[in-house]
Amino acid sequence: MKKYVSAPVRKRDAMALVTGQPVYTSDLLPAHCLTVKLLRSPHASALIKSIRTDTAKKVPGIACILTWEDVPTARFTQAGQTYPEPSPYDRLILDRRIRCEGDPVAIVAGENEQAVDTALRMIKVEYEVLEPILDFTKALDNPILVHPEEDFKALCDVGADNKRNLCCCGVNEEGDVEKELAECDIIIDQTYHTLSNSQAMMETFRTFTQLDAFGRLQVTSSTQVPFHVRRILSNALQIPKSRIRVIKPRIGGGFGAKQSAVSEVYPAIVTMKTGRPAAIEYTRTESMTNGSPRHEMQIHIRLGADKEGNIRAIDLYTLSNAGAYGEHGPTTVGLSGHKSIPLYGTPRAYRFAWDVVYSNTMSGGAYRGYGATQGIFALETAVNELAAKLNMDPCKLREKNMVKQGQVMPAYYGELLQSCTLDKCLEKAKAMIDWDNKYPARQLENGHIRSVGVAMAMQGSAISNVDIGSAEIRLTDEGFYIMLIGATDMGTGCDTILAQMAADCLDCDLERISVQGVDTDQSPYDCGSYASSTTYLTGMAVIKTCEQIREKIVAQGAAMLKLSPDEVEFDGKAVRSLTTGEQVTLPEIGYASLSGAYPVISACVSHTSPVSPPPFMAGIAEIDLDPETGKVELVDYAAAVDCGTVINTNLARVQTEGGLVQGIGMTLSEDIQYSAKGNLRNRNFMQYKIPTRLDAGKLRVEFESSYEPTGPFGAKSIGELVINTPAPAITNAIYNATGLQFRKLPITSEQIAMGLLKKEK
Amino acid sequence: MQIELKLNGRVCKADVSPDMRLLDFVREQGCASVKCGCDTSNCGLCTLWLDGKPVLSCSVLAVRANGHEVTTLEGLQADAAEFGAFLSDEGAEQCGYCSPGFIMNVLAMVKELPDPTEEQIQHYLAGNLCRCSGYQGQLRAIRKYLLAKQEGKL
Repeated sequence: MKKYVSAPVRKRDAMALVTGQPVYTSDLLPAHCLTVKLLRSPHASALIKSIRTDTAKKVPGIACILTWEDVPTARFTQAGQTYPEPSPYDRLILDRRIRCEGDPVAIVAGENEQAVDTALRMIKVEYEVLEPILDFTKALDNPILVHPEEDFKALCDVGADNKRNLCCCGVNEEGDVEKELAECDIIIDQTYHTLSNSQAMMETFRTFTQLDAFGRLQVTSSTQVPFHVRRILSNALQIPKSRIRVIKPRIGGGFGAKQSAVSEVYPAIVTMKTGRPAAIEYTRTESMTNGSPRHEMQIHIRLGADKEGNIRAIDLYTLSNAGAYGEHGPTTVGLSGHKSIPLYGTPRAYRFAWDVVYSNTMSGGAYRGYGATQGIFALETAVNELAAKLNMDPCKLREKNMVKQGQVMPAYYGELLQSCTLDKCLEKAKAMIDWDNKYPARQLENGHIRSVGVAMAMQGSAISNVDIGSAEIRLTDEGFYIMLIGATDMGTGCDTILAQMAADCLDCDLERISVQGVDTDQSPYDCGSYASSTTYLTGMAVIKTCEQIREKIVAQGAAMLKLSPDEVEFDGKAVRSLTTGEQVTLPEIGYASLSGAYPVISACVSHTSPVSPPPFMAGIAEIDLDPETGKVELVDYAAAVDCGTVINTNLARVQTEGGLVQGIGMTLSEDIQYSAKGNLRNRNFMQYKIPTRLDAGKLRVEFESSYEPTGPFGAKSIGELVINTPAPAITNAIYNATGLQFRKLPITSEQIAMGLLKKEK
Repeated sequence: MQIELKLNGRVCKADVSPDMRLLDFVREQGCASVKCGCDTSNCGLCTLWLDGKPVLSCSVLAVRANGHEVTTLEGLQADAAEFGAFLSDEGAEQCGYCSPGFIMNVLAMVKELPDPTEEQIQHYLAGNLCRCSGYQGQLRAIRKYLLAKQEGKL
């Protein structure tokens, strides 16, 4: 029998996508759907004194205009997280208080875009403009409060205090950090800063809503978290969850952006108020200014080592900018320490402390890497600084200190590391790039400098004891299977890889498994696709479901043959007597199971995990730097990945390549700047430059698979991990080329050229 | 304004407003492969052919297509499937949202440059953004597609 796991299987929706079939949210709009748009605040902080909508409402074709007076007064969070959400309930659909530029002021719905645009211009708003707090390093205990309201609510004990602009705080430590640092020969004591990068998925946020024949709210949305959206809408609209159904069609990319319910509430409230279908499509600008970007973080590290380069202590403090609302604030910050510090197995003590503060900038959300990216940039850069100070090859320093399989990781919730080939990854990446000959740099004849830089990375695989993956498999009357999943394929290919696993478990052709997802009325509960959970967690749910359905098939097949289950075998096509060879085929079993004579054959199993096994990787960048202009060109990038067993060799490779290029953009070009009044300058692809194919360079990816005993077929995760190495590796390469140590991203050509000029002087 | 054009080989008459983008017009005509990905003519998602030449339909008014021939991926299904199979075999379509615009430009490139160098490929397609794939798989697909064409396998 052909096996599918670890093969380069084509994505099952691929041909529909490449031939341009109408399968995305906006391609499926119902007839006579209202167009919904938002009037957004030009101010970063203000109170709405008055809104006049009477003239706007008279525009022909306008169906409804809603303001803060028309929406429920219960606060909620847009964050797509398992209940009780760690993110504070700090939002209203429309609020009288404006907390960042672009905060919605009115919802306008009309028969067509033209009418809506006209009405938007005719709404008269009088603002009391307030002084914003824009610098998040000054937000804590600032007299300017972002959330002064009394009904601010934190469901979990995350240390939130809205009267201090505090979204969450905490500390976690083991050993005596101060004592260990005092005994160290060398201490790197530096602060690193990353910005609130935008996911820039090609399909912007969008949703349409309608009432079904039963008067229930049916929501079709480009979301990673359909089940969470159901709860978020219930909270926001104050209607029972049983009245809401959420459907996910094909998704044009997510990268975490769509782990927040950014666009869903607006058409939903229009449909509830008017009874009409309603649709919203965010413009690229709206997606950039009021989406759910990466949290800006400033990370202070004290990294101590002895003269031989043994790392003895890590003290890491993260200050994270929640922005105007707290979505994913309390959780992203955790990864900045918990998924960076454990890269090193040698420290005798560590401390990780954090504050997440509100400010009048756009609110953060979930972006691939989810805090680990920021923490790893900081720690890996500090480690490279340590290597420089020790005059030691940064790879050698890592070989000496990296975490190893079999170790317990104190900073990673005390988990035992059961699968890790980080050492082999580094060795492989070094060999791929020819590190020993190329480190640190060489001058080319044209004056350019070629240099290399290195970094390691880790992530998790699902949130331990929180995330849930599920699968339901039904045997049909024709003997093929229908697999229902609640995990959301957003282009990543989970509909395919989960089917690959099921096909191998059930010994059948891939074509005999029809995958359906996601519809909250039909799919089994799954928290959604985020936290690098789908392959690892839903994959295990698939395996367990297959085990159950196999047992049922064998039991019924045996009964039909008048034998006991241990007297038969099932080869995926038929149940056969071990002695006589007499058999009943799968279609016969399927049909009989639906004829009333036997129980219907289906199985549904959920899975959760007490551990979150980290995938690892090593990345080495080779750059070409022009000292005249500061221009950095990526010549080569060698990446070696340990994601456990690779389930789909093509998709894992493309995930890695895609993650690397996003990391390259974050490092070299994706800038976020605000005006003095708090208006975002980088509002579209003109000012926020994501890499084109000319910026991506050559990327090479190899896999160094470990075997994770708790994962499906030995697999761990890959989706988020792969964005984490470019920033520290390229920063290191720039240092090796120029001696300039950058600690804030992005590193632009101008900064390099100016830095070199300053150095000359 | 009244316009008459050929859309994917079919004569199409319509009454459009003077400020309607060609992008919105073709979507209204059922060509859902044409996507809008940005507000600034940067992303290439809305690429279609005007008289056989690739253009960004977000930057062309529908009235400018009056009397011309417009082709979208809906009109090139066999070619789309042929090249798309190579893209799919690399897993490089990923979310697929940029695929139609990208494929329109790949097909235009192949008409224009039968044997392009890697540099020519990268420059021809520089305006087609993709956030998922990191572009490497797209390049692998193009190379294999061109090779198969040269070897007469297609």
